Amino acid sequence: MKDQLNSDREASLSNGMPKITAENVNVYYEEVHALKDVSVKIEQNAVTAFIGPSGCGKSTFLRCLNRMNDTIDICKITGRILLENEDIYDAKVDPVQLRAKVGMVFQKPNPFPKSVYDNIAYGPRIHGLASNKSELDDIVEQSLRRAAIWDEVKDRLDAPGTGLSGGQQQRVCIARAIATSPDVLLMDEPCSALDPIATAQVEELIDELRQNFCVVIVTHSMQQAARVSQRTAFFHLGSLVEFGDTEKIFTNPEDPRTESYITGRIG
Amino acid sequence: MSTYGVLGLLFLIAIFGFFFGRIKALSSADGDIKKLHSLPQFYGLNAVFLAFFPPLLVLVIWTFAQSIFVDERIKRELSPWILAEQKNINLVISEVDRLSDGLKVSVELGSLTYQQISAKTVGLDGIENILNASGVFLTDDIQAPILAAARLKFYMETLGNSFRNWLVIIGSIIGLVWALTQAKLNFRARPRVEQMILVLLAAAATLAIFTSVGIVLSMLFEALRFFGMHPWTDFFFGSTWAPSFSAGSELSILPLLWGTLYISFVALLVAVPIGLYAAIYLSEYASRPVRAFAKPLLEVLAGIPTIVYGLFALTTFGPFLRKFFGDGGFLGVEWMSDSRSVITAGVVMGMMLIPFVSSLSDDIINAVPQSLRDGSYGLGATQSETVRNVILPAALPGIIGAILLAASRAIGETMIVVLGAGAVAKFAGNPLEALTTITTRIVSQLTGDLEFDSAETLVAFALGLTLFTITLGLNVLALYIVRRYREQYE
Amino acid sequence: MTDTTPTNSLFKTSDRTKSRNAAEKRFRIYGIIAISIGLFMLLVLASTIVLRGTSAFQQTFITLDVELLESKLDKKGNRNIDDIKKVSTFGYNPILVNAVRGSLEKNGIETSLKKKELSGIISKSAPSQLREYVLADVSSIGQTIEFRFLANGWIDGYLKGRYTRESVANSKFASAEQFDLIDELVKIGVVEKKFNLDFILGADASDQRPEASGIGVAVVGSFYMMLVVLLLSLPLGVAASVYLEEFAKKNLFTDLIEITISNLAAVPSIVFGILGLAVFINYVNLPQSTPLVGGLVLTLMTLPTIIISTRASLKSVPPSIRDAALGIGASKMQMVFHHVLPLAAPGIFTGTIIGMAQALGESAPLLLIGMIGYIATNMPANISEGLLAPNSAMPAQIYEWAKRADPAFVERAWGGIIILLIFLLTMNTLAVVLRRKFERRW
Repeated sequence: MKDQLNSDREASLSNGMPKITAENVNVYYEEVHALKDVSVKIEQNAVTAFIGPSGCGKSTFLRCLNRMNDTIDICKITGRILLENEDIYDAKVDPVQLRAKVGMVFQKPNPFPKSVYDNIAYGPRIHGLASNKSELDDIVEQSLRRAAIWDEVKDRLDAPGTGLSGGQQQRVCIARAIATSPDVLLMDEPCSALDPIATAQVEELIDELRQNFCVVIVTHSMQQAARVSQRTAFFHLGSLVEFGDTEKIFTNPEDPRTESYITGRIG
Repeated sequence: MSTYGVLGLLFLIAIFGFFFGRIKALSSADGDIKKLHSLPQFYGLNAVFLAFFPPLLVLVIWTFAQSIFVDERIKRELSPWILAEQKNINLVISEVDRLSDGLKVSVELGSLTYQQISAKTVGLDGIENILNASGVFLTDDIQAPILAAARLKFYMETLGNSFRNWLVIIGSIIGLVWALTQAKLNFRARPRVEQMILVLLAAAATLAIFTSVGIVLSMLFEALRFFGMHPWTDFFFGSTWAPSFSAGSELSILPLLWGTLYISFVALLVAVPIGLYAAIYLSEYASRPVRAFAKPLLEVLAGIPTIVYGLFALTTFGPFLRKFFGDGGFLGVEWMSDSRSVITAGVVMGMMLIPFVSSLSDDIINAVPQSLRDGSYGLGATQSETVRNVILPAALPGIIGAILLAASRAIGETMIVVLGAGAVAKFAGNPLEALTTITTRIVSQLTGDLEFDSAETLVAFALGLTLFTITLGLNVLALYIVRRYREQYE
Repeated sequence: MTDTTPTNSLFKTSDRTKSRNAAEKRFRIYGIIAISIGLFMLLVLASTIVLRGTSAFQQTFITLDVELLESKLDKKGNRNIDDIKKVSTFGYNPILVNAVRGSLEKNGIETSLKKKELSGIISKSAPSQLREYVLADVSSIGQTIEFRFLANGWIDGYLKGRYTRESVANSKFASAEQFDLIDELVKIGVVEKKFNLDFILGADASDQRPEASGIGVAVVGSFYMMLVVLLLSLPLGVAASVYLEEFAKKNLFTDLIEITISNLAAVPSIVFGILGLAVFINYVNLPQSTPLVGGLVLTLMTLPTIIISTRASLKSVPPSIRDAALGIGASKMQMVFHHVLPLAAPGIFTGTIIGMAQALGESAPLLLIGMIGYIATNMPANISEGLLAPNSAMPAQIYEWAKRADPAFVERAWGGIIILLIFLLTMNTLAVVLRRKFERRW
């Protein structure tokens, strides 16, 4: 099983152009220099994990990738982040459109207090992705299937999204995020609020998702990173310390700081 | 001795007890505070509580009960005569009161003695002369039954008061002595005193209930009297309001209810959109300086007394509207004949309610968790889409509650409608005409020149009771909605 | 995932996004419009108050040399005060007319006005003003003394622009000829508009004399009412709050009290007026229209507000302070009174001041306990009179003036509002300052 996965990984990694290219990204919260000169290339059809101790900047960087940091007044960003070829911080770019292409799943499941159906349909509705009801129904069903939760909710699509268990809610949020057919899926510690069984369900799902999406996941669990990702980036005190194949990072890291982290001496 | 005199005496006894209690307690410990269970002041306070409060309670209850008892007795004595002579009972009672007060004054001045009154040794004319000499004002010749009643009242009150005073003072002294015997080394004064303080605190809290009960009972009593004079079916279901000085008043609440609801509706039409949009902008869009500037200013509208709004409606806004809609105005129409109208009062009331709606909505919108907003932004929604599709639905129960509370406030508002809405009671639809409300009629019926016991005056209590019930219902409903649906996103 | 949507360049804003952004802009504009409307209304209100009320503080006066003729005032010439008292205010009218004539002669002004119209330019309160002066100083009879009288309300109205010659064409109170005369007198300084302190300090007057009415007595009435409210609602409110917050056990009874309090806070003020009428006036037989009854009714209204804000202040004191006090061995009551209450005090006072400010502006309940239709003419002489003698209060006085529908009184109503608002502004500012100064962040 593992060999199969490894050879799949090899195949996809050599697919050419990176999906996201970050060049010299710095982030300032007023006086605090939160992210220092980060440059990284994120590939498609792979899961890239950001790891590092608390406060190292990994979530901050993640939120730069879909311009969620725009909602914070005091946040200043310099550098370039290219989605395929286009700098997402260019003045011509409307963040609203960007976020349809770069979806996000949050740490604590946050379904809207609406029905499951309306939760999934929200994104397609506002972006006008379906021209009639039956198309919308299809999108909802497909998203829920892709999120591996269709069977559990298909009979209760009209029940409130908040009435499900934690793991189910998070998968509904994942379905919601992929309903807009994004190119990239960002996940900010998606399992930290879930119990082990729900965590296992979501991790399995992540592995399936990478076939169709480019997935970037922030996690504080090294074991999780080792389980689900192909590429790993290690952040420490606002800098990108090391970036490479997951297996190498965890077995034979180049930078001593990386080694300190994975052996548990720091963070 | 007068009531105030007894009260003063009680005070003195209590103060005396405080000092003496302290001293006695200290002396029982040979002057050493450490040996006493509680601080000396508590022994003093113990005396105050025992010597002051129970007698005070007796004083108050006795005075109340006595006045009721005496009044009832006098009424019973006089009722055959009143019926026979077809007199007005209220006028008679007030004459009796005046006369007995006059007798009191004469006794105080020394021109009459208690014995002379009770033994009826001085006749009618003699009394008249003495009262005139004492400077007591008399309307006309005193009639025998009234004099008899006044004498009886004077007699009963004097006797009753003496009895009461003795009872109270003796009770106070007993309390004092008891407390002083307790002022000893091992007596645990502090817990005792604290318990008594607790009783006082609880009594203060129950005052709230008494107020509510008082409101309901006071109105209920008089409203029932009204329904004795006027069929309740007509009041609640009839369709005309036309009180008249002669018989045959039409007293139904429906036209008034219509006016109240119509004007409140106009007010909400103004206040809800403006208040809601203002709240949304201030909490979601506005920068810190704008919010710090605009929010307090809007709150000022809430602090302006309603009489100001009323005068504004009557003397500025009404005439302004008339310039457009009245005859000779800019639009050349004659829709508005008087400055007072539904729109005049409704729009001004809406002005007053804007901060109400906006403040409450602002709190409710801020309470929606940020995670919901993040979820929506993350999907690529604009801010307005997030507000319309995620925040407002989540905040809806609270906002409905706020609107209901605003409606309740509008329905109960008095000054703006008294000055700005007019006195016409009918089912009119033209918002530029005057229309009266429940609150306006309550004021006019209770401050008119009508006799108090007539149906036209008592109807105000029935109106008040209905108003109270409506606003109470709205408030309870608002509370229920907010509570019930709050768990939705928790 | 690209099979259902074609790859769009981010640099090209799709049409749909454009229309969504346009909708966003419109939404923002609605919000700004809403706030602007609210602020505009505030501006209109404020400017109306200032424009229409400030003129009440100025009044037209007429200065005359009055010869106190012995032949009219003291025929016997004894300077016997009882005899002089017998001359009623009517008797002083001719003296006034002479004074006016004399002033006109001195300044060379001709007029065809008759006696009645000449005396009509002076306030009807002038004769009694003269009489009081003479009674106080009988030696002044026979002398010529300069007096300053209020001008008649119509003249005052003319000078303030309320009346024109056309508007009084059919009036029996004023005439165009009188206005002409006034113009002449203004030129020579006999008639002038000056700041009128009596508006602030004086008593109300009858319908015929708007020029002489003032709000001072009503202010005193309000003061006594607020005194009652403060003395009753603060202790009762704090006592009830302390009980409910610190001592009461959670049971049905306390739940009932809490529900009652929150409902009472939302009861319309007129219902409290009905309560006051039915219980305090009819049942207990307290005197009508007195600050005592008004204060009692307002206390009942303010109590829920004070209880709610006091409870919030008590709740804000952290449990650590309570634990520390109990740990030293203080009893629960000592903990509350020695530690919690002092720390909660700023919040309690702020809430009380705000509650009293609300009560000060209340008018509906006062109408029902008899304060309309009452003319507040005398300043109370002492506290007991202040509480128990019939009086008016500022909002009730303003309403009374508004009801008289005379533009002169409406002007005074606005002036009264200015004074009321000054009080309210002071109280609210005091509350805000107190809160800022003493607020602690735990």
